[in-house]
Amino acid sequence: MLNLNIIIADDEAPARKRLRTLLGDIPNTHVFAEAKNGKELLEVMNNAQSTQAPVDIVLLDIRMPEMDGVEAAQHIQKMPKPPAVIFTTAYDNYAIQAFDMNAVDYLLKPVRLERLQTALQKARALLPKQLEALAPLGTQRTHISINERGRILLVPISDVIYLRAELKYITVRTAERAYLVEESLSHLEQVFGQIFTRMHRNCLVANAYILGYEKRDLDEQQWVVLLKSIPETINISRRQQHLIHQKK
Amino acid sequence: MKNTSHLPNFRNLGIALRILIIANLALIFAAFILSDGADAFIYQLTSISTFAQPILLSNLLLLYGFHPLLNKTTYRRAIVFVFILIALGTTAVHAFFSQFWIFTDQPTILRVMFYCWLMTAITLYYFNLHHRAYSPAITEARLQALQARIRPHFLFNSLNAVLSLIRDQPKQAETALEDMADLFRVLMAENRELVPITQEIALCRQYLALEKLRLDERLNVVWQIDDVLPDILIPPLLLQPLIENAVYHGIEPSASSGTINIQIYTKQNETHLLLKNPCTTQNKHHHGNNMALKNIKERLTLHFDLEASLKSKLVDGIYEVHITLPNQKQKTNA
Repeated sequence: MLNLNIIIADDEAPARKRLRTLLGDIPNTHVFAEAKNGKELLEVMNNAQSTQAPVDIVLLDIRMPEMDGVEAAQHIQKMPKPPAVIFTTAYDNYAIQAFDMNAVDYLLKPVRLERLQTALQKARALLPKQLEALAPLGTQRTHISINERGRILLVPISDVIYLRAELKYITVRTAERAYLVEESLSHLEQVFGQIFTRMHRNCLVANAYILGYEKRDLDEQQWVVLLKSIPETINISRRQQHLIHQKK
Repeated sequence: MKNTSHLPNFRNLGIALRILIIANLALIFAAFILSDGADAFIYQLTSISTFAQPILLSNLLLLYGFHPLLNKTTYRRAIVFVFILIALGTTAVHAFFSQFWIFTDQPTILRVMFYCWLMTAITLYYFNLHHRAYSPAITEARLQALQARIRPHFLFNSLNAVLSLIRDQPKQAETALEDMADLFRVLMAENRELVPITQEIALCRQYLALEKLRLDERLNVVWQIDDVLPDILIPPLLLQPLIENAVYHGIEPSASSGTINIQIYTKQNETHLLLKNPCTTQNKHHHGNNMALKNIKERLTLHFDLEASLKSKLVDGIYEVHITLPNQKQKTNA
Protein backbone atom coordinates (compact mmCIF):
# COMPACT_ATOMS: atom_id res chain seq x y z
CA MET A 1 0.00 0.00 0.00
CA LEU A 2 1.11 3.50 -0.76
CA ASN A 3 2.16 5.86 1.94
CA LEU A 4 -0.36 8.54 2.83
CA ASN A 5 1.26 11.97 3.01
CA ILE A 6 -0.47 13.94 5.73
CA ILE A 7 -0.25 17.55 6.94
CA ILE A 8 -1.45 18.46 10.43
CA ALA A 9 -2.75 22.00 10.86
CA ASP A 10 -3.63 23.08 14.42
CA ASP A 11 -2.65 26.13 16.46
CA GLU A 12 -2.12 24.14 19.66
CA ALA A 13 1.14 22.23 19.94
CA PRO A 14 -0.29 19.43 22.14
CA ALA A 15 -3.10 18.85 19.64
CA ARG A 16 -0.59 18.48 16.81
CA LYS A 17 1.50 16.16 18.92
CA ARG A 18 -1.47 14.00 19.77
CA LEU A 19 -2.36 13.53 16.10
CA ARG A 20 1.26 12.80 15.26
CA THR A 21 1.39 10.13 17.99
CA LEU A 22 -1.81 8.51 16.73
CA LEU A 23 -0.60 8.55 13.13
CA GLY A 24 2.56 6.88 14.37
CA ASP A 25 0.35 3.95 15.36
CA ILE A 26 -1.23 3.71 11.91
CA PRO A 27 0.94 1.97 9.31
CA ASN A 28 1.51 3.50 5.87
CA THR A 29 1.00 7.04 7.04
CA HIS A 30 3.59 9.76 6.99
CA VAL A 31 3.33 13.15 8.62
CA PHE A 32 4.67 15.35 5.88
CA ALA A 33 4.52 18.63 7.79
CA GLU A 34 2.80 20.57 10.57
CA ALA A 35 1.29 24.04 10.39
CA LYS A 36 0.20 26.44 13.14
CA ASN A 37 -2.43 28.27 11.10
CA GLY A 38 -4.03 28.44 7.68
CA LYS A 39 -1.41 30.71 6.23
CA GLU A 40 1.42 28.40 7.26
CA LEU A 41 -0.50 25.47 5.84
CA LEU A 42 -0.75 27.11 2.43
CA GLU A 43 2.96 27.90 2.47
CA VAL A 44 3.74 24.28 3.24
CA MET A 45 1.38 23.17 0.46
CA ASN A 46 3.06 25.49 -2.01
CA ASN A 47 6.46 24.09 -1.12
CA ALA A 48 5.15 20.56 -1.47
CA GLN A 49 3.82 21.43 -4.90
CA SER A 50 7.18 22.78 -6.06
CA THR A 51 9.03 19.67 -4.84
CA GLN A 52 6.48 17.44 -6.53
CA ALA A 53 5.58 15.79 -3.22
CA PRO A 54 1.89 14.96 -3.29
CA VAL A 55 -0.02 15.82 -0.14
CA ASP A 56 -2.85 13.35 0.25
CA ILE A 57 -4.65 14.49 3.36
CA VAL A 58 -4.84 17.62 5.50
CA LEU A 59 -6.06 17.32 9.07
CA LEU A 60 -7.41 20.82 9.51
CA ASP A 61 -8.45 22.54 12.75
CA ILE A 62 -11.27 25.05 12.31
CA ARG A 63 -10.42 27.64 14.94
CA MET A 64 -6.95 28.99 14.25
CA PRO A 65 -5.47 32.48 14.37
CA GLU A 66 -4.26 34.38 11.26
CA MET A 67 -6.37 32.28 8.93
CA ASP A 68 -8.96 29.79 10.11
CA GLY A 69 -9.49 26.31 8.73
CA VAL A 70 -12.54 27.18 6.67
CA GLU A 71 -10.72 29.90 4.74
CA ALA A 72 -7.63 27.70 4.33
CA ALA A 73 -9.83 24.97 2.85
CA GLN A 74 -11.30 27.44 0.36
CA HIS A 75 -7.84 28.38 -0.84
CA ILE A 76 -6.58 24.79 -0.92
CA GLN A 77 -9.44 23.83 -3.17
CA LYS A 78 -8.05 26.04 -5.92
CA MET A 79 -4.87 24.00 -6.16
CA PRO A 80 -4.44 21.81 -9.22
CA LYS A 81 -4.74 18.57 -7.27
CA PRO A 82 -6.35 19.47 -3.97
CA PRO A 83 -5.70 17.05 -1.10
CA ALA A 84 -8.48 15.51 0.94
CA VAL A 85 -9.50 17.59 3.92
CA ILE A 86 -10.57 16.25 7.29
CA PHE A 87 -11.63 18.95 9.70
CA THR A 88 -10.90 18.62 13.40
CA THR A 89 -12.71 20.46 16.16
CA ALA A 90 -12.94 20.20 19.92
CA TYR A 91 -16.43 21.52 20.27
CA ASP A 92 -18.53 23.52 17.92
CA ASN A 93 -22.21 22.75 17.55
CA TYR A 94 -22.66 24.83 14.42
CA ALA A 95 -19.68 23.28 12.71
CA ILE A 96 -20.77 19.74 13.52
CA GLN A 97 -24.25 20.43 12.20
CA ALA A 98 -22.83 21.87 9.00
CA PHE A 99 -20.45 18.93 8.59
CA ASP A 100 -23.17 16.37 9.05
CA MET A 101 -25.54 18.13 6.69
CA ASN A 102 -22.96 18.37 3.92
CA ALA A 103 -21.23 15.04 4.50
CA VAL A 104 -17.91 16.72 5.23
CA ASP A 105 -15.31 14.54 6.95
CA TYR A 106 -14.50 15.64 10.45
CA LEU A 107 -13.00 14.38 13.69
CA LEU A 108 -13.83 15.43 17.22
CA LYS A 109 -10.91 16.17 19.51
CA PRO A 110 -9.75 14.26 21.48
CA VAL A 111 -9.50 11.95 18.48
CA ARG A 112 -9.70 8.16 18.82
CA LEU A 113 -7.34 5.94 16.89
CA GLU A 114 -10.15 3.95 15.22
CA ARG A 115 -12.03 7.07 14.19
CA LEU A 116 -8.87 8.52 12.70
CA GLN A 117 -8.26 5.29 10.80
CA THR A 118 -11.74 5.20 9.25
CA ALA A 119 -11.57 8.90 8.42
CA LEU A 120 -8.26 8.42 6.60
CA GLN A 121 -9.69 5.54 4.60
CA LYS A 122 -12.68 7.39 3.26
CA ALA A 123 -11.05 10.82 3.00
CA ARG A 124 -11.60 12.74 -0.21
CA ALA A 125 -11.26 16.27 -1.49
CA LEU A 126 -13.95 18.78 -0.62
CA LEU A 127 -16.50 19.63 -3.27
CA PRO A 128 -17.19 23.30 -4.07
CA LYS A 129 -20.74 22.84 -2.83
CA GLN A 130 -19.54 21.58 0.56
CA LEU A 131 -17.14 24.50 0.86
CA GLU A 132 -19.86 26.97 0.13
CA ALA A 133 -21.96 25.48 2.90
CA LEU A 134 -19.08 25.81 5.36
CA ALA A 135 -18.31 29.44 4.54
CA PRO A 136 -20.52 30.89 7.30
CA LEU A 137 -18.54 28.93 9.92
CA GLY A 138 -15.38 30.89 9.31
CA THR A 139 -14.57 34.37 10.48
CA GLN A 140 -14.25 37.20 7.98
CA ARG A 141 -12.00 36.01 5.15
CA THR A 142 -8.63 37.74 5.35
CA HIS A 143 -7.10 36.86 1.98
CA ILE A 144 -7.80 36.48 -1.70
CA SER A 145 -5.99 33.53 -3.16
CA ILE A 146 -4.56 33.67 -6.65
CA ASN A 147 -3.59 30.60 -8.56
CA GLU A 148 -0.45 31.46 -10.47
CA ARG A 149 1.38 28.71 -12.30
CA GLY A 150 0.24 26.04 -9.86
CA ARG A 151 1.12 28.06 -6.78
CA ILE A 152 -1.32 29.72 -4.47
CA LEU A 153 -0.51 33.37 -3.83
CA LEU A 154 -2.24 34.96 -0.90
CA VAL A 155 -3.09 38.64 -1.13
CA PRO A 156 -4.18 40.15 2.19
CA ILE A 157 -7.53 41.77 1.66
CA SER A 158 -6.24 44.93 3.37
CA ASP A 159 -3.74 45.40 0.49
CA VAL A 160 -6.38 45.32 -2.22
CA ILE A 161 -7.21 48.74 -3.68
CA TYR A 162 -9.88 47.70 -6.15
CA LEU A 163 -11.46 44.66 -7.79
CA ARG A 164 -12.51 45.06 -11.40
CA ALA A 165 -14.33 42.56 -13.56
CA GLU A 166 -12.79 42.10 -17.00
CA LEU A 167 -14.27 39.53 -19.32
CA LYS A 168 -14.05 36.24 -17.40
CA TYR A 169 -11.44 37.38 -14.89
CA ILE A 170 -11.24 39.84 -12.05
CA THR A 171 -8.31 42.19 -11.70
CA VAL A 172 -7.14 42.41 -8.10
CA ARG A 173 -5.14 45.63 -7.80
CA THR A 174 -2.69 46.26 -4.96
CA ALA A 175 -0.15 49.08 -4.69
CA GLU A 176 2.55 46.84 -6.18
CA ARG A 177 0.85 44.99 -8.98
CA ALA A 178 -2.31 43.51 -10.43
CA TYR A 179 -3.41 39.88 -10.25
CA LEU A 180 -6.03 37.95 -12.12
CA VAL A 181 -8.51 35.66 -10.38
CA GLU A 182 -11.37 33.56 -11.60
CA GLU A 183 -14.17 34.52 -9.30
CA SER A 184 -17.39 36.43 -9.66
CA LEU A 185 -17.49 40.04 -8.57
CA SER A 186 -20.87 39.66 -6.93
CA HIS A 187 -19.55 36.77 -4.88
CA LEU A 188 -16.58 38.85 -3.72
CA GLU A 189 -18.95 41.69 -2.94
CA GLN A 190 -20.98 39.31 -0.79
CA VAL A 191 -17.92 38.17 1.15
CA PHE A 192 -16.13 41.52 1.50
CA GLY A 193 -19.10 43.86 1.22
CA GLN A 194 -18.16 45.83 4.32
CA ILE A 195 -14.67 46.68 3.10
CA PHE A 196 -15.54 47.63 -0.49
CA THR A 197 -17.99 49.93 -2.19
CA ARG A 198 -19.40 49.28 -5.64
CA MET A 199 -18.52 52.28 -7.78
CA HIS A 200 -19.45 50.84 -11.11
CA ARG A 201 -21.19 47.80 -12.51
CA ASN A 202 -17.79 46.16 -12.91
CA CYS A 203 -15.77 47.63 -10.05
CA LEU A 204 -15.48 47.44 -6.25
CA VAL A 205 -13.20 49.96 -4.51
CA ALA A 206 -11.74 49.46 -1.03
CA ASN A 207 -13.12 52.12 1.32
CA ALA A 208 -9.72 52.50 2.96
CA TYR A 209 -8.08 53.54 -0.32
CA ILE A 210 -10.61 56.17 -1.38
CA LEU A 211 -8.80 59.51 -1.43
CA GLY A 212 -11.61 61.61 -2.85
CA TYR A 213 -13.81 62.28 -5.86
CA GLU A 214 -13.26 64.45 -8.88
CA LYS A 215 -15.47 65.68 -11.68
CA ARG A 216 -13.99 65.18 -15.12
CA ASP A 217 -14.86 67.71 -17.80
CA LEU A 218 -14.28 65.39 -20.73
CA ASP A 219 -17.67 63.90 -20.46
CA GLU A 220 -20.61 65.70 -19.08
CA GLN A 221 -21.07 64.79 -15.39
CA GLN A 222 -18.41 62.10 -15.22
CA TRP A 223 -17.14 61.57 -11.69
CA VAL A 224 -14.09 59.51 -10.80
CA VAL A 225 -12.64 58.10 -7.59
CA LEU A 226 -9.13 59.19 -6.69
CA LEU A 227 -7.13 56.43 -5.03
CA LYS A 228 -4.38 56.30 -2.46
CA SER A 229 -1.06 54.66 -3.46
CA ILE A 230 -1.76 54.50 -7.20
CA PRO A 231 -2.36 57.26 -9.81
CA GLU A 232 -5.20 55.39 -11.53
CA THR A 233 -8.78 56.58 -11.22
CA ILE A 234 -12.00 54.62 -11.30
CA ASN A 235 -15.11 55.86 -13.07
CA ILE A 236 -18.25 56.12 -11.05
CA SER A 237 -21.38 55.06 -12.84
CA ARG A 238 -24.29 57.45 -12.86
CA ARG A 239 -26.33 55.09 -10.71
CA GLN A 240 -23.73 55.18 -7.93
CA GLN A 241 -23.18 58.94 -7.94
CA HIS A 242 -25.31 59.40 -4.82
CA LEU A 243 -22.43 57.73 -2.94
CA ILE A 244 -20.20 60.77 -3.47
CA HIS A 245 -22.51 62.92 -1.43
CA GLN A 246 -23.04 60.31 1.25
CA LYS A 247 -19.37 59.67 1.79
CA LYS A 248 -18.27 63.28 1.94
CA MET B 1 -25.61 29.07 59.41
CA LYS B 2 -27.40 31.64 57.36
CA ASN B 3 -28.89 34.59 59.15
CA THR B 4 -32.66 34.09 59.34
CA SER B 5 -33.50 37.62 60.51
CA HIS B 6 -35.41 39.67 57.99
CA LEU B 7 -33.95 42.91 59.29
CA PRO B 8 -32.13 44.87 56.59
CA ASN B 9 -28.40 45.35 56.90
CA PHE B 10 -28.22 48.98 58.02
CA ARG B 11 -24.53 49.02 57.27
CA ASN B 12 -25.09 48.39 53.61
CA LEU B 13 -24.79 51.49 51.46
CA GLY B 14 -27.68 50.42 49.24
CA ILE B 15 -29.98 49.96 52.23
CA ALA B 16 -29.05 53.37 53.70
CA LEU B 17 -29.60 54.97 50.32
CA ARG B 18 -33.04 53.41 50.00
CA ILE B 19 -34.04 54.55 53.50
CA LEU B 20 -33.00 58.11 52.64
CA ILE B 21 -34.92 58.01 49.38
CA ILE B 22 -38.09 56.62 50.98
CA ALA B 23 -38.01 59.14 53.84
CA ASN B 24 -37.33 62.07 51.54
CA LEU B 25 -40.07 61.07 49.11
CA ALA B 26 -42.43 61.00 52.10
CA LEU B 27 -41.24 64.49 53.11
CA ILE B 28 -41.88 65.83 49.63
CA PHE B 29 -45.29 64.21 49.66
CA ALA B 30 -46.11 65.75 53.06
CA ALA B 31 -44.95 69.18 51.91
CA PHE B 32 -47.06 68.84 48.79
CA ILE B 33 -50.20 67.96 50.78
CA LEU B 34 -49.68 70.82 53.23
CA SER B 35 -49.15 73.55 50.61
CA ASP B 36 -51.39 75.06 47.95
CA GLY B 37 -48.87 76.65 45.58
CA ALA B 38 -45.34 76.38 44.25
CA ASP B 39 -43.91 79.00 46.62
CA ALA B 40 -45.71 77.52 49.60
CA PHE B 41 -44.46 74.06 48.60
CA ILE B 42 -40.82 75.19 48.60
CA TYR B 43 -41.30 76.93 51.94
CA GLN B 44 -42.99 73.87 53.46
CA LEU B 45 -40.31 71.55 52.15
CA THR B 46 -37.43 73.60 53.55
CA SER B 47 -39.08 74.11 56.91
CA ILE B 48 -39.92 70.42 57.26
CA SER B 49 -36.47 69.44 56.02
CA THR B 50 -34.49 71.61 58.44
CA PHE B 51 -36.20 69.71 61.18
CA ALA B 52 -36.64 66.27 59.66
CA GLN B 53 -33.25 65.71 58.04
CA PRO B 54 -31.24 65.84 61.29
CA ILE B 55 -33.70 63.39 62.86
CA LEU B 56 -33.48 61.10 59.86
CA LEU B 57 -29.70 61.16 59.73
CA SER B 58 -29.16 60.68 63.45
CA ASN B 59 -31.62 57.78 63.50
CA LEU B 60 -29.79 56.24 60.58
CA LEU B 61 -26.52 56.62 62.46
CA LEU B 62 -28.05 54.97 65.54
CA LEU B 63 -29.20 52.02 63.47
CA TYR B 64 -25.78 51.81 61.88
CA GLY B 65 -24.16 51.74 65.34
CA PHE B 66 -26.52 49.19 66.82
CA HIS B 67 -26.70 46.95 63.78
CA PRO B 68 -24.46 44.16 65.17
CA LEU B 69 -26.61 44.04 68.34
CA LEU B 70 -29.86 44.02 66.39
CA ASN B 71 -28.54 41.26 64.24
CA LYS B 72 -28.02 38.94 67.20
CA THR B 73 -31.64 38.76 68.31
CA THR B 74 -34.83 37.50 66.69
CA TYR B 75 -36.65 39.50 64.04
CA ARG B 76 -39.57 40.43 66.33
CA ARG B 77 -37.32 41.66 69.09
CA ALA B 78 -35.13 43.49 66.62
CA ILE B 79 -38.21 45.32 65.29
CA VAL B 80 -39.14 46.40 68.83
CA PHE B 81 -35.58 47.60 69.41
CA VAL B 82 -35.63 49.54 66.16
CA PHE B 83 -38.78 51.38 67.26
CA ILE B 84 -37.25 52.10 70.67
CA LEU B 85 -34.04 53.35 69.05
CA ILE B 86 -36.03 55.59 66.72
CA ALA B 87 -38.00 56.94 69.68
CA LEU B 88 -34.80 57.69 71.62
CA GLY B 89 -33.09 59.29 68.65
CA THR B 90 -36.10 61.38 67.76
CA THR B 91 -36.61 62.55 71.34
CA ALA B 92 -32.95 63.50 71.65
CA VAL B 93 -32.95 65.57 68.47
CA HIS B 94 -36.31 67.11 69.38
CA ALA B 95 -34.99 68.09 72.79
CA PHE B 96 -31.88 69.56 71.22
CA PHE B 97 -33.99 71.64 68.85
CA SER B 98 -36.30 72.81 71.70
CA GLN B 99 -33.22 74.31 73.36
CA PHE B 100 -32.03 76.23 70.28
CA TRP B 101 -35.12 76.49 68.12
CA ILE B 102 -35.46 79.86 66.48
CA PHE B 103 -38.76 79.26 64.72
CA THR B 104 -41.94 79.55 66.66
CA ASP B 105 -43.89 76.75 65.11
CA GLN B 106 -41.94 73.74 66.31
CA PRO B 107 -44.13 70.64 66.03
CA THR B 108 -44.91 68.84 69.26
CA ILE B 109 -42.95 65.75 70.20
CA LEU B 110 -46.07 63.62 69.76
CA ARG B 111 -46.58 64.66 66.16
CA VAL B 112 -42.91 64.13 65.34
CA MET B 113 -42.84 60.75 67.04
CA PHE B 114 -45.98 59.63 65.25
CA TYR B 115 -44.51 60.64 61.93
CA CYS B 116 -41.16 58.96 62.62
CA TRP B 117 -42.73 55.69 63.73
CA LEU B 118 -45.00 55.72 60.73
CA MET B 119 -41.97 56.15 58.46
CA THR B 120 -40.12 53.39 60.31
CA ALA B 121 -43.05 51.04 59.91
CA ILE B 122 -43.37 51.79 56.20
CA THR B 123 -39.64 51.38 55.62
CA LEU B 124 -39.42 48.12 57.56
CA TYR B 125 -42.47 46.82 55.72
CA TYR B 126 -40.85 47.73 52.41
CA PHE B 127 -37.63 45.93 53.34
CA ASN B 128 -39.57 42.90 54.48
CA LEU B 129 -41.36 42.77 51.12
CA HIS B 130 -38.11 43.33 49.31
CA HIS B 131 -36.50 40.60 51.35
CA ARG B 132 -39.26 38.20 50.46
CA ALA B 133 -38.94 39.03 46.79
CA TYR B 134 -35.26 38.29 47.15
CA SER B 135 -35.80 35.57 49.73
CA PRO B 136 -32.93 33.13 50.27
CA ALA B 137 -34.76 30.49 48.28
CA ILE B 138 -35.22 32.76 45.30
CA THR B 139 -31.76 34.30 45.58
CA GLU B 140 -30.25 30.84 45.79
CA ALA B 141 -32.23 29.63 42.84
CA ARG B 142 -31.01 32.61 40.85
CA LEU B 143 -27.43 32.12 41.98
CA GLN B 144 -27.68 28.52 40.95
CA ALA B 145 -29.04 29.43 37.56
CA LEU B 146 -26.24 31.94 37.21
CA GLN B 147 -23.62 29.41 38.07
CA ALA B 148 -20.67 29.93 35.80
CA ARG B 149 -20.42 27.39 33.06
CA ILE B 150 -17.03 26.64 31.63
CA ARG B 151 -16.77 26.48 27.85
CA PRO B 152 -16.96 22.91 26.52
CA HIS B 153 -14.35 24.10 24.05
CA PHE B 154 -11.91 24.44 26.97
CA LEU B 155 -12.78 21.05 28.45
CA PHE B 156 -12.21 19.09 25.25
CA ASN B 157 -9.12 20.97 24.21
CA SER B 158 -7.61 20.45 27.67
CA LEU B 159 -8.41 16.75 27.61
CA ASN B 160 -6.77 16.61 24.22
CA ALA B 161 -3.68 18.35 25.58
CA VAL B 162 -3.46 15.96 28.53
CA LEU B 163 -3.78 12.98 26.19
CA SER B 164 -0.82 14.27 24.20
CA LEU B 165 1.29 14.25 27.36
CA ILE B 166 0.47 10.79 28.66
CA ARG B 167 3.01 8.79 26.66
CA ASP B 168 6.06 11.03 26.99
CA GLN B 169 5.45 13.21 30.04
CA PRO B 170 3.26 11.20 32.42
CA LYS B 171 4.15 13.41 35.40
CA GLN B 172 2.98 16.56 33.67
CA ALA B 173 -0.16 14.75 32.61
CA GLU B 174 -0.81 13.86 36.26
CA THR B 175 -0.50 17.46 37.40
CA ALA B 176 -2.76 18.62 34.59
CA LEU B 177 -5.45 16.10 35.47
CA GLU B 178 -5.24 17.10 39.14
CA ASP B 179 -5.70 20.74 38.17
CA MET B 180 -8.67 19.79 36.06
CA ALA B 181 -10.20 17.82 38.90
CA ASP B 182 -9.89 20.81 41.25
CA LEU B 183 -11.30 23.18 38.68
CA PHE B 184 -14.31 21.03 37.90
CA ARG B 185 -14.96 20.36 41.59
CA VAL B 186 -15.47 24.08 42.07
CA LEU B 187 -17.40 24.46 38.84
CA MET B 188 -19.81 21.74 39.75
CA ALA B 189 -20.23 22.74 43.39
CA GLU B 190 -23.16 24.81 44.53
CA ASN B 191 -21.39 28.11 44.58
CA ARG B 192 -23.67 30.22 46.70
CA GLU B 193 -21.54 31.12 49.68
CA LEU B 194 -18.75 33.64 49.47
CA VAL B 195 -15.19 32.27 49.51
CA PRO B 196 -11.84 33.76 50.57
CA ILE B 197 -10.14 35.60 47.74
CA THR B 198 -7.02 33.43 48.08
CA GLN B 199 -9.08 30.40 47.13
CA GLU B 200 -10.28 32.05 43.94
CA ILE B 201 -6.75 33.16 43.07
CA ALA B 202 -5.43 29.61 43.54
CA LEU B 203 -8.18 28.29 41.28
CA CYS B 204 -7.34 30.85 38.60
CA ARG B 205 -3.69 29.82 38.72
CA GLN B 206 -4.66 26.18 38.18
CA TYR B 207 -6.91 27.16 35.33
CA LEU B 208 -4.12 29.21 33.74
CA ALA B 209 -1.68 26.32 34.12
CA LEU B 210 -4.02 24.25 31.96
CA GLU B 211 -4.34 26.98 29.37
CA LYS B 212 -0.58 27.39 29.35
CA LEU B 213 -0.29 23.71 28.51
CA ARG B 214 -2.35 24.28 25.36
CA LEU B 215 -1.16 27.68 24.30
CA ASP B 216 2.39 27.56 25.63
CA GLU B 217 4.39 30.68 24.74
CA ARG B 218 1.36 32.39 23.24
CA LEU B 219 -0.04 32.98 26.72
CA ASN B 220 1.67 35.28 29.22
CA VAL B 221 0.12 36.19 32.54
CA VAL B 222 1.25 38.94 34.87
CA TRP B 223 -0.19 38.85 38.38
CA GLN B 224 0.11 41.93 40.53
CA ILE B 225 -1.34 41.44 43.98
CA ASP B 226 -0.78 44.35 46.38
CA ASP B 227 -1.59 44.23 50.11
CA VAL B 228 -4.81 42.31 49.69
CA LEU B 229 -6.21 40.85 52.89
CA PRO B 230 -6.23 37.09 52.34
CA ASP B 231 -9.54 36.56 54.15
CA ILE B 232 -11.57 39.00 52.05
CA LEU B 233 -14.68 37.20 50.84
CA ILE B 234 -15.75 37.24 47.22
CA PRO B 235 -18.33 35.31 45.21
CA PRO B 236 -16.78 32.07 43.94
CA LEU B 237 -15.88 31.98 40.25
CA LEU B 238 -15.77 35.75 40.02
CA LEU B 239 -12.36 35.96 38.41
CA GLN B 240 -12.04 32.63 36.59
CA PRO B 241 -14.74 33.24 33.94
CA LEU B 242 -13.22 36.65 33.23
CA ILE B 243 -9.78 35.13 32.71
CA GLU B 244 -11.35 32.45 30.55
CA ASN B 245 -12.89 35.20 28.42
CA ALA B 246 -9.54 36.96 28.21
CA VAL B 247 -7.90 33.79 26.91
CA TYR B 248 -10.71 32.98 24.50
CA HIS B 249 -11.08 36.48 23.02
CA GLY B 250 -7.67 37.96 23.64
CA ILE B 251 -5.07 35.22 23.28
CA GLU B 252 -6.47 32.43 21.14
CA PRO B 253 -7.40 34.50 18.06
CA SER B 254 -3.87 35.83 17.75
CA ALA B 255 -0.90 33.94 16.36
CA SER B 256 1.62 36.03 18.28
CA SER B 257 1.89 35.97 22.05
CA GLY B 258 -0.30 38.12 24.27
CA THR B 259 -0.29 39.12 27.91
CA ILE B 260 -3.13 39.02 30.42
CA ASN B 261 -2.68 41.46 33.27
CA ILE B 262 -4.38 40.72 36.57
CA GLN B 263 -4.17 43.36 39.26
CA ILE B 264 -5.68 42.99 42.71
CA TYR B 265 -5.37 45.74 45.31
CA THR B 266 -7.12 47.27 48.30
CA LYS B 267 -8.06 50.90 48.38
CA GLN B 268 -10.22 52.66 50.97
CA ASN B 269 -11.71 49.51 52.41
CA GLU B 270 -12.57 48.19 48.98
CA THR B 271 -10.96 45.44 46.95
CA HIS B 272 -10.28 46.15 43.29
CA LEU B 273 -9.83 43.49 40.64
CA LEU B 274 -8.48 44.78 37.36
CA LEU B 275 -8.11 42.52 34.36
CA LYS B 276 -6.61 43.55 31.03
CA ASN B 277 -6.16 41.61 27.83
CA PRO B 278 -5.38 42.49 24.23
CA CYS B 279 -8.44 42.39 22.02
CA THR B 280 -8.36 41.89 18.29
CA THR B 281 -11.09 43.95 16.72
CA GLN B 282 -12.26 41.41 14.20
CA ASN B 283 -13.95 38.72 16.16
CA LYS B 284 -17.59 37.95 16.30
CA HIS B 285 -17.73 35.99 19.51
CA HIS B 286 -18.69 38.98 21.63
CA HIS B 287 -21.99 37.39 22.44
CA GLY B 288 -20.54 34.88 24.90
CA ASN B 289 -18.43 37.55 26.49
CA ASN B 290 -21.43 39.69 27.39
CA MET B 291 -23.20 36.70 28.87
CA ALA B 292 -20.36 36.08 31.33
CA LEU B 293 -20.17 39.75 32.28
CA LYS B 294 -23.91 39.99 32.82
CA ASN B 295 -23.80 36.86 34.92
CA ILE B 296 -21.03 38.20 37.16
CA LYS B 297 -22.75 41.58 37.46
CA GLU B 298 -25.95 39.95 38.64
CA ARG B 299 -24.14 37.76 41.16
CA LEU B 300 -22.33 40.81 42.52
CA THR B 301 -25.66 42.58 42.96
CA LEU B 302 -27.19 39.59 44.74
CA HIS B 303 -24.28 39.44 47.15
CA PHE B 304 -23.34 43.08 47.67
CA ASP B 305 -26.27 45.14 46.34
CA LEU B 306 -25.02 48.58 45.27
CA GLU B 307 -21.68 48.30 47.02
CA ALA B 308 -20.00 46.32 44.28
CA SER B 309 -19.54 47.35 40.68
CA LEU B 310 -18.25 45.96 37.41
CA LYS B 311 -17.10 48.15 34.55
CA SER B 312 -15.61 47.16 31.23
CA LYS B 313 -14.13 49.14 28.41
CA LEU B 314 -12.05 48.77 25.26
CA VAL B 315 -9.25 51.31 24.88
CA ASP B 316 -6.56 51.12 22.18
CA GLY B 317 -7.01 47.42 21.61
CA ILE B 318 -6.85 46.58 25.30
CA TYR B 319 -9.99 45.21 26.91
CA GLU B 320 -10.32 46.03 30.58
CA VAL B 321 -12.66 44.77 33.27
CA HIS B 322 -12.68 46.53 36.64
CA ILE B 323 -14.50 45.06 39.63
CA THR B 324 -14.87 46.87 42.93
CA LEU B 325 -16.03 44.98 46.03
CA PRO B 326 -16.53 45.95 49.65
CA ASN B 327 -14.01 44.33 51.99
CA GLN B 328 -16.17 41.72 53.62
CA LYS B 329 -14.43 39.43 56.03
CA GLN B 330 -15.21 36.07 57.53
CA LYS B 331 -17.37 36.38 60.62
CA THR B 332 -15.40 34.96 63.53
CA ASN B 333 -18.38 33.67 65.50
CA ALA B 334 -20.64 32.59 62.69
